[in-house]
Amino acid sequence: MIFSQTGHRRRNLRLNTISAPVETTFHFILILFSLFCVIPFLFVIIISFTSEDSIRQIGYSFIPQSWSVQAYQYVFKLGDVLWRSYFNSFLITTVGTVLSVLMTLMYAYPLFRRDFKQRQFFNFLSFFTMIFGGGLVPTYIICKNVLGLSENYAALIVPMLLSPFNVIIMRTFLQTSVPTELIEAATIDGSGEYNTLFRIVMPIVKPGVATIALLNALAYWNEWFLALLYIRQNTSVIPLQYLLMKMQRNADFLAKNSHLLGAEAANIAVNLPSQSLKMALVVLIVVPIACAYPFFQRFVVAGLTIGSVKG
Amino acid sequence: MRAINPSLSRRPTSMVSSKRKKALLLCSMAAPGAIWLLLLRYLPMFGIVLAFKDYRAFKPNTFWNNIVKSEWLGFKNFDFLFKSPDTGRMIANTLLYNITFILLGLVIAVAFAIMLSELTNRFAAKTYQTLMFFPYFLSWVVASYFLLAFLDSTSGMVPNMQKLAGQEVIDWYQSPGYWPAILVGANLWKNIGYSTVLYLAAITGIDRTQYEAAAVDGATKWQQIRHVTLPNLRTMIIILFILNVGKIFNADFGLFYNVPLNSGSLYSTTQVIDTYVYRAYMNSGSIGMSSAAGLLQNVVGFACIIAANSIVRRFDPDSSLF
Repeated sequence: MIFSQTGHRRRNLRLNTISAPVETTFHFILILFSLFCVIPFLFVIIISFTSEDSIRQIGYSFIPQSWSVQAYQYVFKLGDVLWRSYFNSFLITTVGTVLSVLMTLMYAYPLFRRDFKQRQFFNFLSFFTMIFGGGLVPTYIICKNVLGLSENYAALIVPMLLSPFNVIIMRTFLQTSVPTELIEAATIDGSGEYNTLFRIVMPIVKPGVATIALLNALAYWNEWFLALLYIRQNTSVIPLQYLLMKMQRNADFLAKNSHLLGAEAANIAVNLPSQSLKMALVVLIVVPIACAYPFFQRFVVAGLTIGSVKG
Repeated sequence: MRAINPSLSRRPTSMVSSKRKKALLLCSMAAPGAIWLLLLRYLPMFGIVLAFKDYRAFKPNTFWNNIVKSEWLGFKNFDFLFKSPDTGRMIANTLLYNITFILLGLVIAVAFAIMLSELTNRFAAKTYQTLMFFPYFLSWVVASYFLLAFLDSTSGMVPNMQKLAGQEVIDWYQSPGYWPAILVGANLWKNIGYSTVLYLAAITGIDRTQYEAAAVDGATKWQQIRHVTLPNLRTMIIILFILNVGKIFNADFGLFYNVPLNSGSLYSTTQVIDTYVYRAYMNSGSIGMSSAAGLLQNVVGFACIIAANSIVRRFDPDSSLF
């Protein structure tokens, strides 16, 4: 009975498809756009392995005259500034992600509890910031002058700790996966509120926590705007993205700012394969994302769809 | 594990106090987030008075003291703003870019999502989706290097090809006329994958029997798309549309600042409100003007989102945001 039903359904589905020429056209369009999306990255990888001579001769090209790993050798030679900002990026991403996930979960959990009277108030508190704000300049001045977010790691972490959008995603995750009876049962068994959240609720909403963690980790890894605003002199805390941005404007930023001996620094600055070097840095910044991408993609898709379906 | 709450044994009086305790504990959980919101989102809202003041330093040089002692200017900052010839340009740019992004983004993403859902080869569909979503996870700094690889005036691929073909070489970063197309392309490149994924998820959620019933009734594939898929996507299209209309005065700073490499000769087509506020403050230090522009942006944006939402609520209460 069941078997014949599914057989019938399958036949029906096969009949009910678009015609072959139309499907070929769809493939063609989608392949074209997919290539448009990834080719720039492949191109930059090729440039990073192109010899400086070839760039001087024919410019950036998909088929360079000669290949070279010189750019990457210089990346390792130019040590400190670069590694420092690589380290900064990792530090900011790790600390920022842990803190922001904790804060988002702890803010979303009371909002999900129907028996929590002040729920409406806290809900409005975060929702209102989604539709109105103080604007760039007042926010900047308050952060810098009143909250002391200037020239330090805190300036790169604190302004992104909470996002009302993520609170909504987290709350929706809680609503769809944690039954109210479970909370009531835990309370009757004498479990304190914090105990309930971290020992009972958290294991259930692991996918939600993972989604928020990934979104936040990506936001911190890709962050350059906060550095542009709040870091003016202290180059020892700048993240990789901002270093890359500075190098766009002055090519020998790296050589000038590394703590090498005078003669050696000058020597390196002269022989710097500056063009392929920049592209090598772009590759180094994208590689962690590209490697993790196949794994985190489905989490992000799940999170975005759950969060957007019911805003 | 923690010991069982002793108050449980003394029922009548403890019910009230345990309820209060529970509310207090839940409040304490929300406290870090609430404090963060108050300090980083609500406190700056008071900074809005900057738009009406002639902010300067006094003794002692603290922010609150300066604000209190600064002279009130009324709407003078706004007068200056509207007299400046750049203002109309940047508002027009912001609106035109955003309208283009919203319309193109909507049409292309819905089209892509429908195409992906109709492919019989699921592996290919999955692969296209993965490739299209990739740019969404990169920053505008990285994207600006990608573009530079093609357009750089000395080594970029396009100028070199033009040279080889004997054509006139275009200096892209000095020619504002090309940038509307480039910026629209860049925005689609980065964001289409995201909205495609959202629409595709909505399409996957549609009950398959609706299509089968339509097919039995003799509907062609195109009629099914028109009468089953699109009506089912309506709610999501409306929600994303309101969200975008509410942000119509906000531009993506990274796109307009980094992708044109902050090039001054491109301002006529790349200057938007967000970049103007940043440059007016950081480069010329005019707190009043930039606060005024920022406030204008927020108030109009607020009005837009409220208006969009109430229009939607009139026609389709289920799709409204609040």
